[in-house]
Amino acid sequence: MGSSKDQLLVRLKELQIDFSQYEHPVVLTVEAQAKYVGNKGGALSKNLFLKDKKHRYYIVSALADTKVDLKVLSQRLGLGKGGLRMAPEQALGEILQVPLGCVTPFAVVNESARHVSLLLDQGIKTQERCFFHPLSNDISISLDAHGLDKFLKSTGRDPSYVDLEANPPVGKDQPPDLAAFIPSGSTVLPDLPDEAPASQDSTGNHVSAGTKSAAVIAVKPSGNVQNVKEKPVNGARPSIPSADAGKFVEELLDKTSTLLLSEISEDSIKQHGGQLGTEVVNNIQKCLREDLKNLATIFKNTAYTEGFYAGIHYQPKRL
Amino acid sequence: MEKKEDQQLQQEEEQVVNPWEVSAKDGGKIDYDKLIDKFGCQRLDQSFVDRVQRLTSRPPHVFLRRGVFFAHRDLNEILDAYERGDKFYLYTGRGPSSEALHLGHLIPFMFTKYLQDAFKVPLVIQLTDDEKCMWKNLSVEESQRLARENAKDIIACGFDISKTFIFSDFDYVGGAFYKNMVKVAKCVTYNKVVGIFGFTGEDHIGKVSFPPVQAVPSFPSSFPHLFSSKDDLRCLIPCAIDQDPYFRMTRDVAPRIGYHKPALIESLFFPALQGETGKMSASDPNSAIYVTDSAKDIKFKVNKHAFTGGQESIEKHRQYGANLEVVDIPIKYLNFFLEDDAELEHIKKEYGAGRMLTGEVKKRLIEVLTELVERHRRARAAVTDEMVDAFMAVRPLPNMFD
Repeated sequence: MGSSKDQLLVRLKELQIDFSQYEHPVVLTVEAQAKYVGNKGGALSKNLFLKDKKHRYYIVSALADTKVDLKVLSQRLGLGKGGLRMAPEQALGEILQVPLGCVTPFAVVNESARHVSLLLDQGIKTQERCFFHPLSNDISISLDAHGLDKFLKSTGRDPSYVDLEANPPVGKDQPPDLAAFIPSGSTVLPDLPDEAPASQDSTGNHVSAGTKSAAVIAVKPSGNVQNVKEKPVNGARPSIPSADAGKFVEELLDKTSTLLLSEISEDSIKQHGGQLGTEVVNNIQKCLREDLKNLATIFKNTAYTEGFYAGIHYQPKRL
Repeated sequence: MEKKEDQQLQQEEEQVVNPWEVSAKDGGKIDYDKLIDKFGCQRLDQSFVDRVQRLTSRPPHVFLRRGVFFAHRDLNEILDAYERGDKFYLYTGRGPSSEALHLGHLIPFMFTKYLQDAFKVPLVIQLTDDEKCMWKNLSVEESQRLARENAKDIIACGFDISKTFIFSDFDYVGGAFYKNMVKVAKCVTYNKVVGIFGFTGEDHIGKVSFPPVQAVPSFPSSFPHLFSSKDDLRCLIPCAIDQDPYFRMTRDVAPRIGYHKPALIESLFFPALQGETGKMSASDPNSAIYVTDSAKDIKFKVNKHAFTGGQESIEKHRQYGANLEVVDIPIKYLNFFLEDDAELEHIKKEYGAGRMLTGEVKKRLIEVLTELVERHRRARAAVTDEMVDAFMAVRPLPNMFD
């Protein structure tokens, strides 16, 4: 089973995130929630669990009065006009492991929700505090964006906020501005009656030993095992090119070889004879020095960026 | 923008050079000697170029050899201090008004990269997204987005991430930076800023209060995460000469608040393809070579739009040679980008004598530009959003002087 609300609250306290909690009867809608915590000094949130035609899932977490237009969002993600729908109820339980009416950004703490993309309303940042359900709808907690970020970072995610009401044009010269939110990993699908047998199978890469939910789900690859390799799973983040020492050296050798070959010809041998070696070395140094330094700088910057990313996602030891 | 200075100057039919407008007198060439005179900066002569070569133990950058960076303020003090072992840091910037960068935009960055490598000093790069939001009436989000996009092209120029801090005003203004802004602002009267920048009663207060934002990166205390123990560190600002007014103001204020005056090293304007009546404009795609242009685009633009001094017919050309008095754009561009001094001299000689045709000169230029743009594009492809985040993170740079 995924994390329970108690486990989540303990974790928030461990991370020293400041939050207030209020228990109340089970609520299924924002209006109902408002009756109990509407005047408790935090903004209410509405949380949508969405799915696109390629079985990728999204949580959209917004302030209750932010207008969210699924058609616009679909276009901004690059899914075309009708690419987003509400996810089926079953997916709520299987992927987010929360009951009906309880969609919440905190659901990403579950391994099964690993590839669910999270879109956060930038309006949340403008509020002192915002209410969410901590995996159960008989309790609401309020915290500020900073606290939410801290939590999300502890799950290995990089929180980013979006103006959900914006409607930028999407066209040939204007790429969809939210395209980065498309999950590049794919969820392992249960054998749902209305779905075609899973054509995307991430079993190859992302089933970590402790993933109980993946073990529970039966996957039907439907014989197209070759397709599996096509989608490398990188997790919900855009991929970070790695500083590949091997590739780097190949590029250096390539450039040097090309220049060497162009320098050594019948004519140049005739011209320089025994001195050809020195002549070629001089030319190589002159022509290649800047080029190779540039390649090295790109390599260095890439490696530094990898380290930087690792550093900001480093999870401090639990005390 | 109607400016008092402008109107006055236009009456005198003078050239106009300020951060928001550059145009020559009567559609002619920019008179740089007059500009140096009027602004009060110094000419950068050969002795400086030689000195830089000596101090850095490497050949001086092509822009120095060809007089592209041709004026300075207090460069000698920077070099004196450097010789004594006192380092300095570099400060340059970009106003992210458009996504499309052209070669003219890259010039200060190419030169600054050389300075960073040659002198082994750190660099701060300011993206004035707030300025463009105000002057170009962009939304805050759009100007921030453009700043990040431009940052990628800037990073592609090859800056060393362990010695470079890029920041956008919307992100960074505050704290120590803002304290310096207030210190500077207190020293500049409204009348003074109107005199320098030509603001009028119709201009909004955002514009009027902007200049300190561009001034304070000249002071190391604006970057406590970088220079906390080095209040004495000098600053060198490579920029195009139209930015001089900001730094004249800064240099005036600096001693009054106890800081070193920043030094400047200033460049010519990169002429538009159609000729040197002003600078390249991001709004006319045919006036410039963009870093996103394909080899085909470059070939087309140079062949079709570059203004040349070639004669009307081949016979005339062979007889009289090219008119190099008028601004021949291919030669001018080769002056900026052709590394090999000897080859450039040869081309000038042959072209001037009529032995080389305009087409051949253009062909060579197309080769040089295509290689440049290709190299930039490859480097740009390696720049990710994460890399931009890393360059823009407020983090220490422990090896910045190595």
